[in-house]
Amino acid sequence: MASSYDYDDGSLESRYGRPPSAGHGGASTDLGYDPNFVPDSVKTFVVHLYRHIREKNVYEIHQMYEGSFQRLSDRMFRDNPWPSVEAIAPYVDNDHVFCLLYREMWFRHVYARLSPTGRQRVESWDNYCSLFGVVLHGVVNMQLPNQWLWDMVDEFVYQFQSYCQYRAKLKSKTEEELQLLQQYDQAWNVYGVLNYLQALVEKSAIIEILEREKEGLEQFTATDGYDYEGGTSNVLKMLGYYSMIGLLRVHCLLGDYHTGLKCLAPIDISQQGVYNVVIGSHISTVYHYGFANLMLRRYAEAIREFNKILLYILKFKQYHQKSPQYDQILKKNEQMYALLAICLSLCPQINLVEENVNSQLRDKYNEKMTKMLRYDDEAYAVYDELFTYACPKFITPSAPVLEEPLTNYNQDAYRLQLKLFLYEVKQQQLLSGVRSFLKLYSTISIGKLAAYMEVDEPTLRTILMTYKHKMHAVDSDGKIIPNADLDYYISEDIVHVVESKPIKRYSDYFLRQVLKFEETISELDRIKLD
Amino acid sequence: MGREQQQQQQAAYTVEQLVAVNPYNPDILTDLENYVNEQVSSQTYSLDANLCLLRLYQFEPGRMSVPIVVRILIKALMAMPATDFSLCLFLIPEQVQMEEQIKTLIVLSHYLETARFRQFWEEAAKNRSTLEVVPGFEQAIQGYAIHVLSLTYQKVPRPVTAEAINIEGLSLDKFLEYHVANSGWVLKKGHSRSQLMVLPRNEFNHPELKKNTVDGMPFEHVTRIFPILS
Repeated sequence: MASSYDYDDGSLESRYGRPPSAGHGGASTDLGYDPNFVPDSVKTFVVHLYRHIREKNVYEIHQMYEGSFQRLSDRMFRDNPWPSVEAIAPYVDNDHVFCLLYREMWFRHVYARLSPTGRQRVESWDNYCSLFGVVLHGVVNMQLPNQWLWDMVDEFVYQFQSYCQYRAKLKSKTEEELQLLQQYDQAWNVYGVLNYLQALVEKSAIIEILEREKEGLEQFTATDGYDYEGGTSNVLKMLGYYSMIGLLRVHCLLGDYHTGLKCLAPIDISQQGVYNVVIGSHISTVYHYGFANLMLRRYAEAIREFNKILLYILKFKQYHQKSPQYDQILKKNEQMYALLAICLSLCPQINLVEENVNSQLRDKYNEKMTKMLRYDDEAYAVYDELFTYACPKFITPSAPVLEEPLTNYNQDAYRLQLKLFLYEVKQQQLLSGVRSFLKLYSTISIGKLAAYMEVDEPTLRTILMTYKHKMHAVDSDGKIIPNADLDYYISEDIVHVVESKPIKRYSDYFLRQVLKFEETISELDRIKLD
Repeated sequence: MGREQQQQQQAAYTVEQLVAVNPYNPDILTDLENYVNEQVSSQTYSLDANLCLLRLYQFEPGRMSVPIVVRILIKALMAMPATDFSLCLFLIPEQVQMEEQIKTLIVLSHYLETARFRQFWEEAAKNRSTLEVVPGFEQAIQGYAIHVLSLTYQKVPRPVTAEAINIEGLSLDKFLEYHVANSGWVLKKGHSRSQLMVLPRNEFNHPELKKNTVDGMPFEHVTRIFPILS
């Protein structure tokens, strides 16, 4: 299990680049990479991008960001970084903010296609500090596409996670790398990361904006966060919004699910919102939300949200085939199916899952799910496997102890979460037996049931109480919500079983159809026949 | 006396504010530790503040204090059926979880989670010294036991109740009297001439009372079609 988890940025991480002379650490290969050489296509790219940003032409910016940047990277920078920022600065009037944005994209490219060195990681941290510093000072007056702003926050958290993993693998480090770690011990420190995200949330006053929107005093979701008329900057607002999701993610990486959900609370994910405009943010939000609920034993809630997002991906993934995030989307899709399989094994509420999603799930995990329901040793192995595959890459946030003996402790956090998860699964071991028996009866005496299950009566009573306890989760408001489809109560010695059957929701169906037909009719009315 | 209370109240106020406004800050660590001790002595509880402290311990393992962690965990146990105990465990590194006192607490939590009350009370009696630190522990666990019983039973036999709340004989009679007077319990005679407690009806032990949410419709959705109907 450990090997499939082992997170690696690239195969040759201990490569050390050129000593910093050009200001940007060495690239992976010295063959023909000159950081100061700027090909013509890059020249045109930066000039146009700079102009579009100045003119606040969000559509063009988006085209260049998504399209041209990827195409140029594919064509010319497959194995090398882009030209250094000093080389392109003269073409963009040495504009400070543009240079920060360019550098952010530069580092992201290195992380995605190459393997960043220790020094590059530290420099990327400095760049983010400067960039966020500028934004927080409120001097940024541009409108950028949401995709870009989301990518910034997403990448920020990702690089933090990657750095913690990198920092924790001490055994294979060279002397120079260790020295670097010691010298730049402030880089990617957990306080900094959390405080930047928190500051973005606060400075942008995004929570108040969302509150006011509920009362109709503000247009935020309707314009996707842009300001079409006033032209004021959407950068701080959107960074604040996405930072809430970023905070949820960081807290999940630390194992603090409760606080993570609290950070996300201002966003109502049962409604459409700005978070599902960019598919990356939509998936990330639901994935972490669902995972946190799973660890908090709120299985029904997790199942519901996974179901919705998996259905959405099923319907819309074809439209994203060309996008650079397609691989990520597919990966998260698979992980969420695994988490859904886990949830359904712990809390069989199959009526919450839509048909298409269910058939996909059966295709992938039918065998594993039957194994998990058996609760024997093999079942634990399956739980282990699926959890390892689907969990976030947990981190150890404290600074490394750079003394002998050096160890690799990057797996410690993950192992702890896995252990506690399997512990929870073990506690629910006897429940599936109870469930299968109770499905067959409407009333049964405790004595008889104890005989069937081959336990004595007091043990059976504890099992029945455990079932009730585990299947009723406490939600964030302190209310008790039932999770299970099978319920019962005991009257002295007799167990009375009550099974809830899924009933067709006529009213919902009629409402939806009424609205749909009304829309069609008004469409038809609008068509003028000549 | 009044001023002390007021000061205490003020201090608690500011700690909560700190946690809400500036939680990622190593300087508040001592304040949070004091707050834990305050929660213990004044029988209050704040999950957010305790999680914040455990997080800070994660960030700075050198400053972790095992007695404080033990107190947080006991407080979390008292918050059952909420999952606070597991939430705290997620944040405590494995080596620390190997400490004797914490291992005991994990065992106790296991018994409570699987409703093994008899074993729980036995084990708790053996570890009185650890648990005494936090007043109100017994009552909190008894509250949890009653909660589980009312989820499961409509009519529960007297021995089962006695085992769950670890009270027997005359004290049990007094306990039952109190609940008959205040919580709507009714005492009846069962068919084996043992006493029965009829627990108050709620939607968990009377599933037919569960609000039929299946075909219910939130009003806001219905308002959507008002423009069409008019």
